[in-house]
Amino acid sequence: MRDARGDVKRPIGLRLWLSGGWLTLLVLSAVFAPLIAPKDPLMQDLFLGRMPPFWMEGSEPGYFLGTDSLGRDVLSRMLYGARLALIVALVAGTITCVIGATLGLIAGYYRGWPDRIISRFVDIWMAFPPVLFAILLIAVLGPGLMSIIIAIVVIDWTRFARVVRAEAMSQGAMDYVASAQVAGRTRFGTMLTEILPNVLPTIVALLTLEMGIAVIVEAILSFVNLSISTDSPTWGGMISEGRTSVHQAWWVLVFPLITLFLTVLSFSQLGEGLKDRFDPVLR
Amino acid sequence: MSSYLTIKNLTVRLKNGAPILRAVSLDVAAGQVHGLVGESGAGKSMIGKAVLGTLPRALQVTSGEIWLDGVDLLSLPASERRRRIGATAALIPQDPLTALNPSKRIGPQITRRLVDILGWRKQDAEARALDLLGEVHIPDPARVMRSYPHELSGGMRQRILIASAFAAEPKLIIADEPTTALDVTVQKQILRLIGEMQARHNTALLFVTHDLGVVSKVCDTLSVLYAGKVVEEARMQRFFMRPIHPYSAALLAATPTYTNPDSSLTPVPQTVTDAVEREVREHDLRAGA
Amino acid sequence: MMYEIRDLRLSFPDMTQKPLLGPAPRIEVLKGLSFDLPKGAVLGIVGGSGSGKSTLGRAMLRLLEPSAGSITFDGTDITHMQEAQLRGMRQRFQMIFQDPMSSLNPRRKVGGIIAGPLKLHGLDGLQARVDEALDMVGLPRSFAQRYPHELSGGQRQRVGIARAIALRPAFILADEIVSGLDVSSQAQVLNLLGELVRELGLTLAFVSHDLSVIRRLCDRVLVLHQGVIVEEGETAALFEAPQEAYTRALLEAIPLPDPDQPWE
Repeated sequence: MRDARGDVKRPIGLRLWLSGGWLTLLVLSAVFAPLIAPKDPLMQDLFLGRMPPFWMEGSEPGYFLGTDSLGRDVLSRMLYGARLALIVALVAGTITCVIGATLGLIAGYYRGWPDRIISRFVDIWMAFPPVLFAILLIAVLGPGLMSIIIAIVVIDWTRFARVVRAEAMSQGAMDYVASAQVAGRTRFGTMLTEILPNVLPTIVALLTLEMGIAVIVEAILSFVNLSISTDSPTWGGMISEGRTSVHQAWWVLVFPLITLFLTVLSFSQLGEGLKDRFDPVLR
Repeated sequence: MSSYLTIKNLTVRLKNGAPILRAVSLDVAAGQVHGLVGESGAGKSMIGKAVLGTLPRALQVTSGEIWLDGVDLLSLPASERRRRIGATAALIPQDPLTALNPSKRIGPQITRRLVDILGWRKQDAEARALDLLGEVHIPDPARVMRSYPHELSGGMRQRILIASAFAAEPKLIIADEPTTALDVTVQKQILRLIGEMQARHNTALLFVTHDLGVVSKVCDTLSVLYAGKVVEEARMQRFFMRPIHPYSAALLAATPTYTNPDSSLTPVPQTVTDAVEREVREHDLRAGA
Repeated sequence: MMYEIRDLRLSFPDMTQKPLLGPAPRIEVLKGLSFDLPKGAVLGIVGGSGSGKSTLGRAMLRLLEPSAGSITFDGTDITHMQEAQLRGMRQRFQMIFQDPMSSLNPRRKVGGIIAGPLKLHGLDGLQARVDEALDMVGLPRSFAQRYPHELSGGQRQRVGIARAIALRPAFILADEIVSGLDVSSQAQVLNLLGELVRELGLTLAFVSHDLSVIRRLCDRVLVLHQGVIVEEGETAALFEAPQEAYTRALLEAIPLPDPDQPWE
C-alpha cells in the first residue's frame, strides 16, 4: 500500500500566497522607499501636525495616511521603517538560525559529550529573562542597528538549538542513518547529507518565525527608545510616539501597528507553508 | 437466528466518496468466533471500528445496517448509540503498550468502565476486577491492581486488556490484531486465553488478523477481504481444505509454513490480483448504478 | 570462513537504573556467543524479542562495538576496529533493514539512494550500476526517478535489497526484512533474496522471529534466547529433531494455517 498521506492533494496554500504577497510588497516598498515615499520621512511641518488620513474630513492632500504631531508623513515613515524592520529580520534571523541550528544539529546527532556541553549551556542561557537581558545588552553596547541584531541573536539562538536538537535526535534514530553508516559514510558526512535535509523544513519554519520575532523585538526596543537613533523612522518608534497622542490622532499608532501585526503573522504563516512544501511526502 | 452482531451491506466511504468498505455483510452468533482476514489496506480493521463507532474522522458510514444484540445501531441517536455500544461491546486492542494509560494504576483502568458506564459500586467493580485477573491467570491479582503498566511485561498487559474487555460481560468483543506485537510463544498463550474466555462467557468474537495461521486456531468462520469487499465467507474446515475464491487460494499459497519447506512460496499472481481488482470495479459500477 | 565469532559479549548502560552520580549499571544483551559462518552459507538467526538477535546482527556489521570477545570477518579482526578503518571495508558487508520506510531517506529519489553508497566507495559507471541493481531486484529502471513514499512496501524493500547488492558485497545481513510486509509481497521478497544469494554467491545472515520463513530460506539456524545461543544446526535437522526444549516450544507455538494441527 502506498503512503496515504501522499494521496491527499493539498490546495496551493492560500496562506502561502497571502503571506508571501504581503512580504513581497514589503520588500519592494523597503527597497524603493526613496522613490515611492511621497514625502521626506524626517521633514517636520508644525503647521501640518496631526492631519487625519485621506478619507477623513480635514485631511491634507498628499498625506495619505495623515501626519504625526510633528507634521511628518505617516506613510513615508512607515515605508522607511520597513527598511529597518526587514534588515533586522533578515540579518538577525539568519545569524540566529545558523548559530542555533548548527549547535542543535551537532548536539542532537553526535550526542555524548558535545550534547552534554551544548545542552547545559542552553539550559543556563535560557534562565536569563530575555527582554531584560536585551535591554541590559543594548545599554552596554549602546543603541544602534548592530546592537539590536546582536541582542536578538544572543536571546534567541537557544530556540533553534533546542528544537533542531530534538529533531536531529529523532532523525538520528532512523534506519537510513544506520544505512549511511553501513554504506561507509563518515559521521560528519551523514550529518550533512542525511540528517540536515530532513531537519531543513523545521529549520525553515523556525527561521521565518524568528524573522517575525526579530521584527517584534526591534519594535519593542524602539518602543522603549533603545533602538536606532530616534531620527530614523521605525515602526516601534512610531507606535511609541503615537501612543501619547492616540486620542487626538489614532492613525499615528494604528497604521504601524497593523503593519507590524500583518508582517509578523505573514512570517509565521510563510514558515508553516514552506515547511509543507519542503516535505516530499506532503508535497 | 440468535446473532449478536449482524452487519448488512455496510458501506464506508472517505469524505470525498472513495469507498473503504464495499457492502460488507456478516453474522456473528453468541459463542462464535468470526475471523476478518486481509492484507494491509483491505479494510478489515475498519469493520470493527464502524461497529464500535470509532471510525477516523475522514470516514463515514454511507449505507448499511449494524445490528448489535437486536438493535440497529445506525438508527439510534448518537448519544444513545454510544451508551449501547459501551454496554454491549468491547475491544481488545493491538498494542498492549499504548492501550493502557502509563500514568495510572491497573486497577482503576479496569474498574473505570464498570463504575462510569454501568454505574457499579466501586467495591463491586474492584471485586469483579480481581476475579477477572484471576480468570486470565495473572498471579497475585491484588498486587497487579496496584501496579503501573510499565512494571508489567507485554504478555501480562495483554492479559489485563483481555480481562478488562470481558469486565462488563459484553455480548460482542472485537479483537484487532491482538497478538501481532507479541512473540510466538506468548501469542500462543494469549490466543488460548482469548478462546477460553470467549467460550466461558459465551461471547460473540470478531477477530481481525492478517495471519491465516492464527485464524485457523481461533475462529469458527471467516471473511476474506480485498479492497474493502468480502471476497469469500466460509467455515474454517472448508476454507483451509478448499478455498473457493482464487484470491483466498493465492493467499494460502503465499503463507510460509515450516512443516512444508519444499513447497515454494507462491506470491499472489498478477492474474489473481487483476481478477479481484476487476471484481471490485464491477461492484462499484453496480453500486453506482 | 566469512565470520568467526568467539565469546562475543555486548552490553548497554541501563539509564533507568542510573544512580545520581557515577555510571549507569550495564545490561548484558549478548552473553558470550561463539559460532562460525562459512562462506556461501545462509544462516538464520531466530529468537523472540529481547533475545539479542538484532543486536548480534548490528555487532557483526560493527554498527555496535562489542564489550568483549572477538569478531573476525574474512580473516580480519574487526572487533574494535576504528570507524575510519572500517569505512574502507564496509563495501564488503552490507545490510538490509527491517523497515524500508525508515531506512530509505524520504528526501532522496530511489536512484540517488542506490547510487549514494557507490559514490562513497568511488565506483564508476554509476548509472549502469544503478540500472543493473534495479534489474536484479525486478524493478523497472524508471523507478530511479521516484521517491520512497511513492512505492509499495514490497517495492521499497526491493530498493533496500538493490542498495545492498549494488556494492557487490560478500556478506549481507537481512534484519527482519519481511516482518512488515503482507504475505503476498513477503513471498516475492523472499524468493528474490533466495535467487540473488544463489546467483551472486552471497553469504547471508537472516535475522527473523519467524521460523517458517527461516526454514524456507536458510541452510543453517541459530536459535537465540536472552543473549545466549540455545541451539545451532542444519535447518532440516533442527526443525525435524530439535534438541532443546526452548526450540521445541518455539516450533510448537507457531500457528500453522491448518485447523487440524494439534495446538495444545
